[in-house]
Amino acid sequence: MEKRVTFQGWLLPLCLITPQVVISAVFFFYPAAQAVWQSLYLPDPFGLSSRFVGMGNFEYLLSDPYYRTAIGTTAVFSGLVTLVSMVPALFLAVLADRLIKGAGTYRTLLIWPYAVAPAVAGVLWLFMFNTRIGVVAWYLGQLGYDWNHVLNGAEAMGLVVVASSWGRISYNFLFFFAALQAVPRSVIEAAAIDGARFWRRFFTIVLPLLSPTTFFLLVVNVVYAFFETFGVIHTITSGGPQQATTILVYKVYADGFVGQDLGSSSAQSVILLIIVGLLTVLQFKVIEKRVHY
Amino acid sequence: MTARAETSARRSDPAPGMVEKRGSALWLTHVAMILGVLVVFFPIWLAFVASTVSQPEIARPPMPLLPGDRFLENYQKALFSGVNVPVAVMLFNSLVMATGIAVGKIVISILSAFAIVYFRFPARSLFFWLIFLTLMLPVEVRIVPTYEVVARFGMLNTYGGLIFPLIASATATFLFRQFFLTIPDELAEAARVDGAGPMRFFWDIVLPMSRTNIAALFVILFIYGWNQYLWPLLVTTDPAMNTIVMGLKQMFPSGDDIADWPVIMATSILAMIPPVIVVISMQKLFIRGLVDSEK
Repeated sequence: MEKRVTFQGWLLPLCLITPQVVISAVFFFYPAAQAVWQSLYLPDPFGLSSRFVGMGNFEYLLSDPYYRTAIGTTAVFSGLVTLVSMVPALFLAVLADRLIKGAGTYRTLLIWPYAVAPAVAGVLWLFMFNTRIGVVAWYLGQLGYDWNHVLNGAEAMGLVVVASSWGRISYNFLFFFAALQAVPRSVIEAAAIDGARFWRRFFTIVLPLLSPTTFFLLVVNVVYAFFETFGVIHTITSGGPQQATTILVYKVYADGFVGQDLGSSSAQSVILLIIVGLLTVLQFKVIEKRVHY
Repeated sequence: MTARAETSARRSDPAPGMVEKRGSALWLTHVAMILGVLVVFFPIWLAFVASTVSQPEIARPPMPLLPGDRFLENYQKALFSGVNVPVAVMLFNSLVMATGIAVGKIVISILSAFAIVYFRFPARSLFFWLIFLTLMLPVEVRIVPTYEVVARFGMLNTYGGLIFPLIASATATFLFRQFFLTIPDELAEAARVDGAGPMRFFWDIVLPMSRTNIAALFVILFIYGWNQYLWPLLVTTDPAMNTIVMGLKQMFPSGDDIADWPVIMATSILAMIPPVIVVISMQKLFIRGLVDSEK
């Protein structure tokens, strides 16, 4: 889509666009190019010179058992976060949609956690499950369950999944609620006249009508789990125990800044770059569908 | 209370649809909803309680579930002495960073979107695609080289270093472009006929028309900036430049010392107050911005 009416001149528009182009070039394109460039080189241990290794860093990475584990961990983590953040959100949205009065109040109350930063959410959940003083951990202990996410990898994973999903429930709730409100009443009432009960109507009519929103949220939540949960993992587990919660983004940080392994970290950045690209394309396809629905 | 809400709901609804639940079902829905809200709220409640009691009360589990009497003491200690640096300083840094990101991104985006939509100039589509490409890459992916650029400019531990790398993204540009395309052509035509230049048109017509979009974007970007964690963690090594969201983790002692939980939890409450206020008070704009920016 283009404007038919435009203004004359080329100097003014170039000036207007310059700030964004300069900032993008300096803080975006140059670093991105650097990442691609460094991923092809292997620096010596003292950082004085580097040697061209082509695909060497990538081959090394993909055969590295730690990296492979991190790929698996990321898949499990993002799958669980997507599930744990979407199912309760849908449930709450369905409930809120049934209310004529009060739905707005509940919405206001449920929006809160979205505003809480992932890193702060991490501290809140760490506080509840802290092995020494955490309230929830203590009550679990009273029930005979010995909670220790510092040693137990599965418990650590569970904790970062719940802490990451918590704020996301608000986000998903907003989108599901808006979509549910847009479902035509007449369709629902027609089904009700035909004798379909609530859950029958939900699974055969409402859920299919929600599918564009559901697909959209699936992609958005996977992107979130991949890239925006660093704060949760860094505050709660720092990737441990035994790398049980080291997702790909955390590993870029751990290898690049803590381990100072620039070649490997850059190669990891490039792999993530490709994943983001694919997810973005997917997102646009999904949104196109949503618009044409 | 639920019973009264129910009757008034029935009365005020002119033609109650036949699928609306009444009686016990409606009551149950309210109960389930309230339970859901309580579960979602519990972590925040617990943090608030912890910020009003004393350290020994937390150190001997289980901690109380109702607020204590140390509210003023703990918050005073957090705000004015903190652990590494007073929390008031970190709050200020976060405010500067979040406002800087929101304002900076809106300003550069609205200008470039205006240029792209209302002019035909050389390399226009090249610029458009270059900007569009930046939609794709979160800062988490390019941290090492971006850090090197910022370090070379001497921008470590500065507000510039915190803000600039995070405004290099095109979401806002794209949004403004979409909006400008819906402004009727007749307005630009009329402006031209009246002899108004492009900047006059921008100030008098485009900017006022974009008010709601700007406000909605501001809400979203402010929260985005406020909640950043990884980038401030890398760029601010000086505690006096820490933002509150990243500084929170720095308040935990390394090793086996016991963390000062009341002060830490007071800080986490302080860290969530500004974005929560923004979200709650501008709920309509916020939801609109959220839906728009994901389209």
